[in-house]
Amino acid sequence: MSLFEPTAADFEPLARQEKTEQITRPSLSYWQDAWVRLKKNTRAIISLGIIVLLGLFTLIGPLLWSVNPALQNLDQVSQAPSWAKSAVVIAPYQSWNGIRLDNYTSPARTFTSLPAPTGFSTADTPTTQRVRLAWDQVPGADGYNVYRNNRAPRDFNDLGLPLGSTYGDELSYEDRLSLEPREYYYSLVPTDGYDEYEVYSQLILTPALALTPDEAVERELITDPHEVNIGDYLTIEFHPLGTDYLGRDMLARLMEGARVSLFIGIVAPFLFVLVGIIYGGFAGYFGGQVDGLLMRFAEFVVALPFLLFMILFKIAFGIGPGESGIMPMLLALVLLSWPSTARLVRGQVLQIREEGYIEAARLLGATDHYLVLRHIIPNTMGVILVTLTFAVPAAIFTEAFLSFIGMGVAPPTPSWGSMCNEGVKTMLSHPHELIFPALLISITVLAFNLLGDGLTEALDSKMRSRD
Amino acid sequence: MKISLPKFFLPFSLAYCLGAQASDAVDFESQTLTIALTQEPPQLNSAKATDQVSGTVLGHLMQGLVRYDRRGNVIPGVAERWEMDEKTATFWLREDAKWSDGRPVTAHDFVFAWQRVVDPKTASEYAFILAPIKNAAEINEGKLPVTQLGAVALDDRTLQVSLARPTAYFVKLTVFNTFYPIRQDFFESRGDQYAAEAKDLLYNGPFKLTEWTHSASLKMVKNEHYWDSENISLNAIHADYITADTRARLNLYTDGKIAFTRLDGETYKDALSQRFRIRRFTTGSTFFLEYNHRPGKPTGNRNLRKAIQSVFDPDEMVNRVLATPGNLRGESLFPVWIKGVKDKFRKEYPAPQAGYNIKEAKRYLELAVKELGSIPPLVLLVSDSPTATKQGEYIQGVLLNKLGIELKIDVQTFKQRLAKMTSGEFDIVGAGWGPDFDDILTFGDLFASWNMNNRGRYNNPEYDRLVRLTMNSTDPKTRMDAMGKAQQILFDDAVVLPQYEQGVIYLLNPKIKGVARRVIGPDPDFTYARIVP
Amino acid sequence: MLVYTLKRLFAGVITVWFIATATFIAMHQVPGDPLMNDKAVSAEIRANLEAKYGLDKPVTEQYFIFLGNMLSGDFGISFTQQNRRVNDIIRDHFPISAILGLLAIFFAATGGVLWGALTAIYRNRLPDIVIMFLVILGISVPSFVFAALGQLFLVNLNSLFGQSIIPVAGWGTIWHMLMPSMVLGLGTMALLTRLMRSSMLEVVNEDYIKTARAKGLSPTRIFFRHQLRNAILPVITVLGPQIAAITTGGFVVELVFAIPGLGRYFVQAVQQLDYTVIMGTTVFYGAFLVLMVIIVDILYGFIDPRVRLS
Repeated sequence: MSLFEPTAADFEPLARQEKTEQITRPSLSYWQDAWVRLKKNTRAIISLGIIVLLGLFTLIGPLLWSVNPALQNLDQVSQAPSWAKSAVVIAPYQSWNGIRLDNYTSPARTFTSLPAPTGFSTADTPTTQRVRLAWDQVPGADGYNVYRNNRAPRDFNDLGLPLGSTYGDELSYEDRLSLEPREYYYSLVPTDGYDEYEVYSQLILTPALALTPDEAVERELITDPHEVNIGDYLTIEFHPLGTDYLGRDMLARLMEGARVSLFIGIVAPFLFVLVGIIYGGFAGYFGGQVDGLLMRFAEFVVALPFLLFMILFKIAFGIGPGESGIMPMLLALVLLSWPSTARLVRGQVLQIREEGYIEAARLLGATDHYLVLRHIIPNTMGVILVTLTFAVPAAIFTEAFLSFIGMGVAPPTPSWGSMCNEGVKTMLSHPHELIFPALLISITVLAFNLLGDGLTEALDSKMRSRD
Repeated sequence: MKISLPKFFLPFSLAYCLGAQASDAVDFESQTLTIALTQEPPQLNSAKATDQVSGTVLGHLMQGLVRYDRRGNVIPGVAERWEMDEKTATFWLREDAKWSDGRPVTAHDFVFAWQRVVDPKTASEYAFILAPIKNAAEINEGKLPVTQLGAVALDDRTLQVSLARPTAYFVKLTVFNTFYPIRQDFFESRGDQYAAEAKDLLYNGPFKLTEWTHSASLKMVKNEHYWDSENISLNAIHADYITADTRARLNLYTDGKIAFTRLDGETYKDALSQRFRIRRFTTGSTFFLEYNHRPGKPTGNRNLRKAIQSVFDPDEMVNRVLATPGNLRGESLFPVWIKGVKDKFRKEYPAPQAGYNIKEAKRYLELAVKELGSIPPLVLLVSDSPTATKQGEYIQGVLLNKLGIELKIDVQTFKQRLAKMTSGEFDIVGAGWGPDFDDILTFGDLFASWNMNNRGRYNNPEYDRLVRLTMNSTDPKTRMDAMGKAQQILFDDAVVLPQYEQGVIYLLNPKIKGVARRVIGPDPDFTYARIVP
Repeated sequence: MLVYTLKRLFAGVITVWFIATATFIAMHQVPGDPLMNDKAVSAEIRANLEAKYGLDKPVTEQYFIFLGNMLSGDFGISFTQQNRRVNDIIRDHFPISAILGLLAIFFAATGGVLWGALTAIYRNRLPDIVIMFLVILGISVPSFVFAALGQLFLVNLNSLFGQSIIPVAGWGTIWHMLMPSMVLGLGTMALLTRLMRSSMLEVVNEDYIKTARAKGLSPTRIFFRHQLRNAILPVITVLGPQIAAITTGGFVVELVFAIPGLGRYFVQAVQQLDYTVIMGTTVFYGAFLVLMVIIVDILYGFIDPRVRLS
């Protein structure tokens, strides 16, 4: 039996083999792996797309739809979405003295009943600028009440809006109260100067949508008032999503409002959830005295009255009148909202800390740093993402609530939340003022929820094995 | 015992199990009326009450020396007759006026109440309204003891008031809740708790408070000891709901739970589509923009104020921004209902009007720019109500689009706004003024240099002279001429920018008749209301 | 256990003292004058009012007076209702907010746990998608919209039946509480549903579930004894602060449904700068919150023996 005799050739290095058997998959870090799996999640990708679109809506939108969001148009207040309308050009408004009786004396007594007024008619062509009504004297009456309704009145108690009263010697009335180009039912009731006689006459008319040359110039429809003649028709501004209570373009306002709402709605939750994770993770991981102390401080912060500190931050920041005040609001939100996340994370960490795999890792000599980053935080991700997605609408509504009680962003800067606030008041008569901002908030929330779901699945290390 | 089947099943029927116990808006049988209040009355001590809701509730529970009828004429209240000259006013009290415990209302009760009001210890914010009474101001400043007040009970039924100065409107003044009587023994038995609960108050008006659940409900029941109780039809007024939310109150009205509610620009269209009968009422308050006249403020410049005056269109404000019926265009500080010499003041002394004039405005603005160098951004201070903000946004748009003036809106909560108004941290402030008594002076002295409610610190010796003249004269012609001139100064100097005279629209259950709405005094007044089947 | 509870209670008292101090300082930093009102008053009247509320003394002295009064359980007299004690305000109105809040929490907790468990079971199937859609609606529509819609629904319901089935607003019977508490609990219910779902999904892969399944335990038993009990933990964690938030945060609901709760008083007090009411309500709520947290923490120890209470 001969022993192995090494030769010189045995000491030559082996030739580099290009192909060996691959038994490992590419070594991916935890986050790389998460990204790979996130890309496979259709819902998450869609939601990412929506978030990008919202970003574009906010940043690029105003460049494409360059309507001034603060420009008021009191002729088109609370208009529902519609196609462009055309309006007739009329002469500027001239005050009207009306029709008055000379040598009028009040009737000596009141009567039990009077006949309905006659000759109830318009004094000239009714337009949305003004409707001028005139009638014949009712002998025995010492005044008249004028009503306007949007539908045919059923009876005397259904005459509609009480527009105004005239004295006995005035046989005319000029209505300029937010007129729209629609059918109106005017009613005229004689009075004894105080109480009404239960009779009325009716007049049905539809004012024409109108504007003056000067108004057309102001609204940049034409450049020179002499370009148009009285009686011409002009196509007026187009508002694809309608207008608000001051006739401002809803689309432009939604785009501008997105800046405030998305900034508050995204930045604030990210910041305070981050603070909460660090704080709660720290407290939960170390436990004992540290935990007790940190948690007592968190309780202290939760109990502070938010409103009071909000005012205080505003003053501390030296926010002057008319300035947006968005930074103090952000700060107040972050400083006062983190404890709930912290508590939640701490609770999770306390639980995970006791898990077998943590002990195993620790036995293998894992450092605190490694344990927290590789094991504990990823395992709390599910719950954290849920709170994060909830914090988005909560922050948007906190801003809305603050706007509601006059501590939010300064007008005329809109925000989705404050637009909702305004919209809810007229939700029956002008639903579009509520629906559009609410829809945008819902879409934002939906997108973040789906993304959160996708992330949860992607980040969950236990689901790794199944791919 | 025979039980009929339907009755037996009644407790098990859906309606019974679910049925709410709350009463309906009106009940003919029991003559009961249910309403909602906009807030909890903060103060039912008549000597200290300052707000509208407390005033309305108190107006049903108490009665002063005189009162108003439905058309605003002064008629006897606790006093059955009175006499007045330049130095004294004497009231003779009716024999049958009684407190709710049956004891008579005496002149001493009025003297005691008025002494409480001017006593600096009470710290009544409305102590100023007693100023026409001799020594009232001095007592209020702590210079004289309360016993020196110029109101003396000659006997149980005769009250003699010495006046500090001739006061043409003194009798009308006594309608106001600050002048209501308070009985000494009862007041002292309650101490700090006086008027805190229903049992801590004594009533001499048509109704008495039997139940007061704070922030929830007040139940008022007919006071059988009231001297005119025969003419009171209602047996009870239940204020079963307290909420400031207009829509919630409209919902309660629609549900048949309350008989009265005020509408606003946002809710009236819903009321219209429900085919409710909408009524209109002008409250008699004026709303205006008040400029800061303190030295160094840009709004101290008259040309700038005139420029804004020429570009502001009160018609647009009323018809397109407020957009509810009933508001009148703001033309003057003095509302249309103020009485003049014979007719209404505003008919005898028509308010001068600028009218919308862009050319004139630009001319004034040029002058202002010359004097000021440039126009800095102005600060408009407004309260935190949505309506105020909306109006502010409108003014902001007008000034920017028509004059190129930048306006910053400073939205502040109630106390912060007041603090800023007092310290002068504003250029323009949205303000309103409601009448305290039925005389032109309730508005006229607002811009006198000594008036602490003159928050813009407008100071014009000529204006002051006119106010003093009106205060010290009893001749209607002299007084109105002076106020006519004051109105001209307010316009020429553009001291304030009148925006509108407030009007409200409201719903009232058609089964209720005889509800009075008034500019001064409790409003709405259900005292003489009755429910018809 | 007893030592732990006592320790926590002692720490709670310290926390409340901190809350009171911070609020006191903040309140006095906010500009505005609680004694100022629409009508300007003379200097003498002001001086009298200041003396009545002790505002004429230096702030530090006011602070110690306040602390002394607080220890004896007296928060003073309200600035806006000058004949009502803050203690009476809290005593009259807190129980109403509390009942409303507890009912809301009840709705939120039962609904949240139920829906959350359901969505986890039917993961990515129709019930899950439908419930999740409703949840998103629930959180992305603000409570003032829900309050308005809820009330409108009642009005229409009543007019449909021609009589008052459920009262539209007000307070008194259980029927008055239904809609407001549901509206108030909706947001929390949505949060709890989501939380429950994600924590159920995490629990389902745990070893003890696999073990239980391998042992041959019935699915129902696994679900109730192992899955639900473990998954409910994060839900309980948020419940503590949520209870406090809900019992204090009912301002909008209280306004719309005309409920005489404490939430309205608190918001009003901040706006009116009513010093005594602000201090009274903040300290009271602070104490309430701290107590709730302690209770939840102790409860936590019972449900999850792994968490050591020390």
